[in-house]
Order: sequence, then C-alpha cells, then structure tokens
Amino acid sequence: MSVREIFETMEYGPAPEADDVARAWLERHGHRFGHYIGGRFVEPTTGERFATQHPGDGSELAQVAQGDAADVDAAVQAARAALPGWRKLGPHGRARYLYALARHMQKHARLLAVLEALDNGKPIRETRDLDVPLAARHFYHHAGWAQLLEQEFPGYEGVGVCGQIIPWNFPLLMLAWKVAPALAAGNTVVLKPAEFTPLTALLFAELATEVGLPAGVLNVVTGDGSTGAALVAHEGLDKVAFTGSTEVGRLIRRETAGRGLELSLELGGKSPFIVFDDADLDGAVEGVVDAIWFNQGQVCCAGSRLLVQESVAQRFEAKLRARMEKLREGPPLDKSIDIGAIVAPVQLERIQRLVEQGKAEGYACYQPSWAVPKEGWYYPPTLFTDVSPASTIAQEEIFGPVIVSMTFRTPAEAVELANDSRYGLAASVWTENVNLALDVAPKLKVGVVWVNSTNVFDAAAGFGGYRESGFGREGGREGMYEYLRPAFEADLPAYGEGELAPPAGAAELDAGVEAAAAPSGLPAIDRTPKLFIGGKQKRPDGNYVYPVVGAGGERVGEAPLGNRKDVRDAVEAAEKNAAWSKATAHGRAQVLYYLAENLALRAPEFEERLRALTGADRKAAGREVETAVGRLFTYAAYADKYDGSVHPTPMRNVTLAMNEPWEVMAVVCPDEAPLLAFVSLVAPALAMGNRVVAVPSARWPLAATDLYQVLETSDLPAGAVNIVTGVRDELAEVLAKHDAVQAMWYFGSAEGSAMVERESVGNLKATWVNAGKRRDWYDPAQAEGREFLRHATRVKNVWVPYGE
Amino acid sequence: MTIESRDKLSAAPPTEAAAGPPFAPLPRNPGTALELDWVQGARVNLSAVERRTATLTTRRSVKKAWQAAWLLKAITLIDLTTLAGDDTPGRVRRLCAKALSPVRADLLDELGVADLGITTAAVCVYHEMVPTAVAALRGSGLPVAAVSTGFPAGLSPFETRLDEIKRSVAAGATEIDIVISRRHVLLQDWQALYDEVRLFRAACGDAHLKAILATGELGTLRNVYRASLVAMMAGADFVKTSTGKESVNATLPVSLAMVRAIRDYAERTGFAVGFKPAGGLRTAKDALAWLVLMKEELGRRWLEPDLLRFGASSLLADIERQLEHHVTGRYSAGYRHPLA
Repeated sequence: MSVREIFETMEYGPAPEADDVARAWLERHGHRFGHYIGGRFVEPTTGERFATQHPGDGSELAQVAQGDAADVDAAVQAARAALPGWRKLGPHGRARYLYALARHMQKHARLLAVLEALDNGKPIRETRDLDVPLAARHFYHHAGWAQLLEQEFPGYEGVGVCGQIIPWNFPLLMLAWKVAPALAAGNTVVLKPAEFTPLTALLFAELATEVGLPAGVLNVVTGDGSTGAALVAHEGLDKVAFTGSTEVGRLIRRETAGRGLELSLELGGKSPFIVFDDADLDGAVEGVVDAIWFNQGQVCCAGSRLLVQESVAQRFEAKLRARMEKLREGPPLDKSIDIGAIVAPVQLERIQRLVEQGKAEGYACYQPSWAVPKEGWYYPPTLFTDVSPASTIAQEEIFGPVIVSMTFRTPAEAVELANDSRYGLAASVWTENVNLALDVAPKLKVGVVWVNSTNVFDAAAGFGGYRESGFGREGGREGMYEYLRPAFEADLPAYGEGELAPPAGAAELDAGVEAAAAPSGLPAIDRTPKLFIGGKQKRPDGNYVYPVVGAGGERVGEAPLGNRKDVRDAVEAAEKNAAWSKATAHGRAQVLYYLAENLALRAPEFEERLRALTGADRKAAGREVETAVGRLFTYAAYADKYDGSVHPTPMRNVTLAMNEPWEVMAVVCPDEAPLLAFVSLVAPALAMGNRVVAVPSARWPLAATDLYQVLETSDLPAGAVNIVTGVRDELAEVLAKHDAVQAMWYFGSAEGSAMVERESVGNLKATWVNAGKRRDWYDPAQAEGREFLRHATRVKNVWVPYGE
Repeated sequence: MTIESRDKLSAAPPTEAAAGPPFAPLPRNPGTALELDWVQGARVNLSAVERRTATLTTRRSVKKAWQAAWLLKAITLIDLTTLAGDDTPGRVRRLCAKALSPVRADLLDELGVADLGITTAAVCVYHEMVPTAVAALRGSGLPVAAVSTGFPAGLSPFETRLDEIKRSVAAGATEIDIVISRRHVLLQDWQALYDEVRLFRAACGDAHLKAILATGELGTLRNVYRASLVAMMAGADFVKTSTGKESVNATLPVSLAMVRAIRDYAERTGFAVGFKPAGGLRTAKDALAWLVLMKEELGRRWLEPDLLRFGASSLLADIERQLEHHVTGRYSAGYRHPLA
C-alpha cells in the first residue's frame, strides 16, 4: 500500500516482530527435543515424540519428547540425587543461581518472548511486556528469599523433591511461579510443561545449563496428560504443585491422598468483575479488556462474569460494545494486535461449544462486526448480556474471550452474586468510593481482589484461590511456605500400637448397659454429656451412647455417639452463626482469655477427670490443665497479633495481604492429651475467627464434654465451637465430604489422614493432616504458634491502586 | 441525544474498510445548556487512565510506509507556533514559509505525495503578529490562530480579554486560542466557567474557539474532565491542553481524560469537538502516540485538522528527519532540513 493511500485510510498496517532468532534456535535443535534430565537433554525412553504447533497458523514448530513412567523415574531420581548437594550449597549459593537465572532470562528476554508467542499464540506484546518480565522478576524476588531463608524461616526446611505440572496459558510465567520458590527453599524439581507449550521450558532448561545450575536440580519432562499422571504417581516425590483445571486438580488430590505429600493446587475460576455506578466507566471498560481479552481470555483469574449496577448497565454495555469494535485480533507476532490465537483446536472447539450453548439457552450474544483471520485458531471477543446466574455460560469456566454480563441493585447483591460460584480465585471491583471498595473486598470469597484494576501480578504478592479454585499461594512470603515444612516434622514418631483407639463401628462399641456394682448409700447424680451444637447441649440424633473406658480398663462414663446427622447439624450451626467471624480481634482475645480464666477456675475438676481417663498422676494431670490454660492465653494473645502485611509490589498501590479465616473449619483431635490437644487445635482456629466443628478425643471425650460449661460461661457466641463425640474416622469422613467445610485438620491415624485427603475432593477443602505422626502437645515448638495460625487462615491479597 | 448517535461519528472498525476522506464538514458545536449533573457525575480514575495510556502505545505499532504516512498526517495537524517575547515580523514570516512547505520537496517526491499540497494546519501567534502572519499566508488558505484572552495566565480584565478576541478576529485571525480562568475550575464554579467561555465564543463570531484548559494547573484529571465538558457545553470548537507555559503541559493521561470527555459529549449531543494537545509533543514518536490515542478512543474521523491539532514548534523538525530516514534508510541530521 502506498504512503498516499495510507495517508487517506490511516490504517495501522502490519508490524511483525522478527522471529528469525527463535527459528534459528529451533533449527539448532533440529526442531527436535528430548527431556532435560540430570543437566542434559536425553532421548525419551520410548523414542516417541509429538508436534508442538504455532496457533497463529497451525504450523509445526518442533517435535517434542513424550515422557512415560521411565522418563519420569529418571528425572525424579536425578532430582533426588541432586538434593543433598543443593541443600548443602546453602542460602547464599542458591541465591546466586537464582539471581543468575533472573539475569539470564532478562538477557534472552526477546528470544523467550518470541518463542512463547510462537508456541502459545498469545500476542508478542504480552509475552514481551508481561510474561517474560514477570517471570524474571519472580526469579529476582526469590533469589532474595533464597538468601534470607534461614533468617526469615527459622525452623523450616525444604520439602524435598517437587513434582510440578504447569498449564499452557502462561508457560514461562507458570514455570517461574513454580520453579523459583521451589529452588529458593532448597528443593529440587521435576517440571512437566503443558503438552501444547513446552518450548520455553526447554529453552529455560538450556539457560539453566548455561548458568551452571547443578545437574538434576531442575529437570524437565515433556509430554501429555499421561506424563503428568506418571509424575504425580511417582513415589519419590515430597511435594506436588499443580496449576490447571479443577477437574485434574481433583484427580491429583485423590491420587496423592495419604502419601504424606505437600500439595498446592491453583485451579480454575469464574471471577467476577464488579462495576458500581460510581466507577470511572471508561476505566472499567479498559479493565474488562484486560480482564477477559488478555491472553484470549485463557486466564484462570480472568474476569469472566461482569456484574454491573443496573443504573449504569445500559451505558456500560454500550461503551463495552463500542470498545470491542476497536479490538484487533490477528497474528501473535504482530505488534499491533490485542488478541492472538487460541492455543489449540480442542480449546477453540470448547469455546465454540459453550458459546453455542449460551445462544441456545437464549442469551443475547454480541461479537464485533469484523472477522477473525481464517488461517489459525482464532475466536472473536464475545459478550453475553442479561445472563442469569443459572445459565451454563455463567457457571462454567469457558477459558476463552467470552464474558457474561448481569446486573445487580445494591452492594449486598453484588457480593451475593459474586460469591455465587464454586470457584473463588479473583475479583475485580470498580468504584471511586474507597469505603465501598474496602467494604466489599473482604466479603468476596476469593484469593485476590483488584480494586480499580485487574490481572495485575507480582512476585511479592501471593496468588491463589478460595473454594474450588484450589489452595496454596504462589508469590510472596505466603508462597514460600508451600515449599517448606517444619524441620521437626521429619523426626516425629508414628503412633504406637494401641495409642489411638481403634476405629470401630457402633455395633462394636457396646452401646448397651453394663452391670455396675451396687452403690453404697445414695447414688451420684447422673451426668450424661450430650453434643454441643449451636451453643446448646443436644442429644445425639441416634440416641446412643458409647462407654468411655479409663486407662485402667474401668468404665468412667458414657459419651454420646454422634452420627452423620449430628455432623450435618454442627456444620449448619457453624455456618449460620457468623457472629464469631465478625467479632473484632480484640473481642476474640477477650473471650479466649475468659475461657482460660474459667478453665483455671475448674482446674481441680479437670485434673480429676484427666486422672480418671488417662491414668495420669496428679502432677501430670495438673500439668495438662495448666498447659491448656497457658495455650488459651497464647491464642488470646495472638488473636490480634497475627498481622497481615502490605506487600511492596512495584507499582503505585497498596497490596494488602489479609489473613482471613476459613470461617467453617473441622478439627479432629487425637486421643492422647484429651484436654490439651483439643485446646491446642481449637484455640488457634478460634483465635483467627473460624467457627469450628470439633471431634474430640474419641477414646476420652469427656475432657472435652466437660468444657461445655466453660464454653457456656465465657461469652463465646453460639455456633463458634461445636463438638461432636463419637467414632473419629466415621465423623471425620462426613466432615471431609462436607462441602460447607472450607478447611479440615485431622490428627489421628495414617489411614484416617489418607481418608481425609481423599474425601476432601468434593469441594477441594484445604486439609492439614498428621499422616499418623504424633506431636508432643507439651512442646511449644510443635504444639503452638504461627504454624497453626497459618493453617487456620488463608491469605487474600487486595490490590488498591491510588492516586488522584 | 442517545448513545446511538455515536455511530455516525465513529470511525471504521479494525478491519479498516477504506473510509477515506474527503470527510464531509461537520456542523459547528453550538454548545448546550450547562448541565451540572452531567459535569459533577464525571469520574476519572488516575491509575486506570495511566494504565490505559501506558499500554496504548505498546498495543499499536506503526511501521515503514504506514509510519511515513502517519507522520505526514501529523504534519498536516500541526499548529506551527511561535509564542515568544522576542517574536518579530521576520521571524513570523519565516515560520509561515515553513508552514506552507514543511517538508523538503525532494522527500515529498520520493514519498509520492508531492501533489497532496502538504502544509501544517495553521500558524499560531500572539495578537501583535497576526497581521504579519495573515499577510504571509494570504492566498494559501492556511488559517492564522491567535492566542488570546490574556494568554497565558488569563488574569487581565475581562473586558480587555473580550476585546482582545475581537481585535484578533478583526486582524484576520480565524482561530482563537483562549485561556480559561483556572480559578473557576479550582473553585468548582462551573457556572462562571461556562459563562466566561460562552462570552468568548460570542466574541469569536465565525472564528473557531479553542479553549486552553492549562491542565497542568487544574490539579486532578477529574477537574480536567469536568472543565472539558463545561467548555464544550459553552460552545468550544476545540479543547486544548496547555499554553505551553505551565510546568506540565500535554501528557497522555491528561489527553485521555479530555478525549473521553469529547467522546462523552459527542455521544450525548451528536456534536464533534476537536482536541489540541500542546506543549508536550516534541518527537515523531510523540506524534504517533497521540494519533494512536485519537484513533483508538475517538476513531479515524478525529485524525483530520478540523478535529485534531498539535500545538508544537519543535515537533516538525523531528518528523522531517524521520521522513528522510524512511526515504534514504540513513539516519538524518537536523541541518539537512530548512529552518522554520
């Protein structure tokens, strides 16, 4: 086209980024790659390969190795072999490598960016300005954590060998999110990049060799889902980290249950994008562009549910439609496009299918007037309006450039609609009213809230979800804990024979009567404990009791035999009575002090009870009560001191990392130390504002049931603590399966731990289990402190940009 | 006026079906009543604006022939300006000569646009220099713009300011760049601002009025947006960022706020108002950034001199060098291009 013609039309014209260097790199490898194991590229054992393609035109870029169990095994063994040396290297040595990796990524930034755009189909603008810089920043940030590991995480050590599986939407960035913290914490890694987008991981492996990263510290095994499955199934792992679909996350949760593995899952989302009537509407329109037309909408935290206040909805949608006309979609390497290509035909078909379904369900669908390129895998930006929450397109994660819109009337309704989702990854809130923004942010059940912004990320801030969007955080201090475990854990003993009451069904419990010796004189007044639900003592649904037998074999009393309906009622009571979670931290502290005070008052009574139950001598029983009182003091003290933080992210904003309660938590206690273990587990949960359903020592529940009167006289709101006695693993199973329970702690047998992890997949609740290991409840290092508080909370990062 | 009225103003979609000029002349903005609800309802979020402007230029890249064409377009939008205390008739005549032939003829030949008659959009001077400029440009059709109303501070007596407009118009200026009273904005006295600009507009008669907001002195983007709206309601033909004398002149964020106010106004009233960034555009790259801003936020129609002007003095020199580079493939030097 001539200058003269362009002068008339004022078109943008093509602006292609050169791909010669990336093509030369592929050429140098003969367009053929092996796995990266033990510091070098190796042939796949089967010799099998598959093609990775450029979504912009469907052309083949390279043949990549298909990993099988043998490849995975070689990689895990290489990682295991490298672990001692990597640990021995120490914080500073590891920091140097991470720093070098960051520098190398920057040096080769353009090559990485072009290769990523070629492999994934996303616009070069995004890989150049976001993916690669953010990935490098992640390594810089974690070089810092590596250096500070001992000062900042005393008493913690790396988990060991990490198996990491990453998705295709941000191949290099997700690699950075996984690899950087793992290496910084002193772990070694086997990484499985996504089938569609393995190339930048292979280039990164080459960079790792170039900086001299010790062989085996990082291993990359490429392949499809079966390779990932082989990795997850490998017995040699200490940790599995996964980012991907909720569906696969569930499979991994089930597969890893009971293996003593650390697990973090970053899964799907259907994130709300909320526009209040006092928002900068033009700004919010650009926010939608960044929310759902960034990376073709293939973003787990994409704002895909647009909630607009009804009073401005028509205006906003008109603005949005006008903006959609202006979007440019085309070749990923063109510097003037907004939307690139969809990663693979299968994903394109999924998007097409869901959009067709939305149309079939009768919702108004808008797409701009321009056409997408015919070559390659493209899908136009799409807006559904007046969508009902019940529609498929409002429920399902589409993972494409499709946004659905609905309206709300009030802030309360906005929150209600926003939270009406199985997912809970992120939310975006647009308003010029800081009161409104900071009121809404904590009410949203999501891991990240962006105020007047969207899809902003930084290595210093944790990222991760609530609910079925997974658990665990990536980035910041909160992310580092995912790759660390308390050093003492390795030395914890397993429970000995008979230390835990054997699980038994009701029939074996002898719920019947037992002839007792005729009392001399007047009989004692019968005390029959009940369950404690919703602040009231309740008879168990089944109306059975089971005998409580002292350490000496004599019958000490009876305890109610709780069943699944009692658990249901207890969870419902915890769910409905939100007062405790709304109380101030100071208020919670006051109640916990009061509990301590009232427990201390009754110390002699509890000592007697403990002696009768556990056979402890007077001194030991006294010590248990005293330690329990002290523990209550500890958590009363912590209630207003487990601060969140303000992350120094590199932009003009405050990023508030808030420690929020899970709200409804289940706590299952071990048998030993029936008072102290109960208090040690319930008090931290309470201190952080959780409502708790607790299963006390199954063997000696009376130490907990005696607490009812303490609980009742200490100003604890109804529903804050609910206690169900009975057979531990029966009750635990109901709790693990309960979708309204957001987190569950289990301290019991190895089998019970496995069961809880396995059964938690329904709502993917966060679990914390002891894997059949016994803690010393008298050792403060093991039995109290921040470790407990961390498990009693989830971190929400709220990004609040400012400036006037 | 409804949202739909926007459609007739918006430019071609990104498929860029050729909808080239000549564009039909647009009706002049008659202004509206002062609508305070509309003014006060305006919201501008600084962080969101900055994010948009930071990515505007990274989202669009104009290369090769397209860049040359866009830079030629930029030349046709320039109000070639001299506003210095030491301006003389000689200096102004030189400026006018440059305005009439802004690019070396051999370069225009090479670019194949010699017959397009490329000139700058106008010449912009102080009142005293208007007769000189009018004489120098006689017969060319190039308008002379005069800065007016006590430029740059706008604090001379109101009657004097009105009189200044009338004298410049009488002297042959067909465009008047007025300055607003910043205090009306800072005190949120929208009625006073409206009345002021209304009277200026009346004094202009057929001459077009460009309202200089002096955005560097308005404090917030919300003020900028609201002042833009009020100026348009009062009948401004253009809203202009700066006098060039404030410590901060045209920036992309300020421009985005103003351009969105123009869009808002066009959507609600159906009248297209022009935009003139001034005092911050020095390089060819700057010119491209502002062209992208206009095309993205307002559309193709706003890339013509009746709706977009660049107030600049040194911008042209950089564009000339870039055009020569495009033609020769060698980086150019300033002395190879005739001075203004």
